[in-house]
Amino acid sequence: MITLDGFDRRLLAALEEDATQSAGQLGRRFGHSQPATWRRIKRLQDAGILSGQRLSLNLEALGFGVTVFLGVKLATKGRVSLEDFERAVSAIPEVQTVQHVLGMYDYRLRVVARDLSDFERILRRRIMTLPGVGDVEANVLLSEERRPGPLG
Amino acid sequence: MLSDTDRRILRQLQAVPDLSMTELAQRAGTTPATCLRRLAKLRDNGIVLGQHAQINWAALGFTVEVSLRITLDKTHRNAFDQFLEEARKVPEVIEIQTFLGRVDVRLSVLARDMTHYQTVYRKRILTLPHINDIEALMHLSTVKTDPALPI
Repeated sequence: MITLDGFDRRLLAALEEDATQSAGQLGRRFGHSQPATWRRIKRLQDAGILSGQRLSLNLEALGFGVTVFLGVKLATKGRVSLEDFERAVSAIPEVQTVQHVLGMYDYRLRVVARDLSDFERILRRRIMTLPGVGDVEANVLLSEERRPGPLG
Repeated sequence: MLSDTDRRILRQLQAVPDLSMTELAQRAGTTPATCLRRLAKLRDNGIVLGQHAQINWAALGFTVEVSLRITLDKTHRNAFDQFLEEARKVPEVIEIQTFLGRVDVRLSVLARDMTHYQTVYRKRILTLPHINDIEALMHLSTVKTDPALPI
């Protein structure tokens, strides 16, 4: 693992906020040359710390008005294979993320839908029919914010 | 509304957000100049909200991620606002979501290991205002992550 200095941390925070900034722009902002900044960014990429980009879209403007998080408990643990469940749930296009968790639920799903009736259709036809699915709890997302994280 | 070109650009960009403008234009079947102009417009219209670098926290030594599902004491006025304001001050909190449902707020908390998590939990989380109840889900693995929308 590489150790980060203040410049690395500032670069990470700045790129987390806006990844379209060039090495030249970032260098000028933090008082380093373009090549030195580029080398730092390259080093962070090579170390696997900068692992790609994420595009943030206005879901509502694109017609996806509802995001729901589902907590899913498997009904027959031990009898149904986790792989079967994971394969089936990953194949649902409206399911954006699937996390295997430890606690009162086994899986956490992020589901996008056009509206609540579209969500109901996904829940009934796709989620409730998954192999081994038991208890499902739904929470409708109202707001969401990403924080810079422990970079300070 | 979105044109077909906009849709093609967004589809390609969703799949690979760090494409160069030339590459993106090629895949979307248009010219770099058009691509640049369309993207600027999509940003101005608030359809593209931003492009963010993804930080691999595990590579920085943060191997523990816990989802804290919190219900707040709603009898208190401003419980939400005061809670959120204080939660934003905790550096280990990387995501804050609010919900309609059984859970009011969810925090994603990062830690270096379980000892570190215990410290953060006791000193920074349990001291947040207006908490009624907390449930923890420990993150084991990500099975799928595909934020692409069928545009």
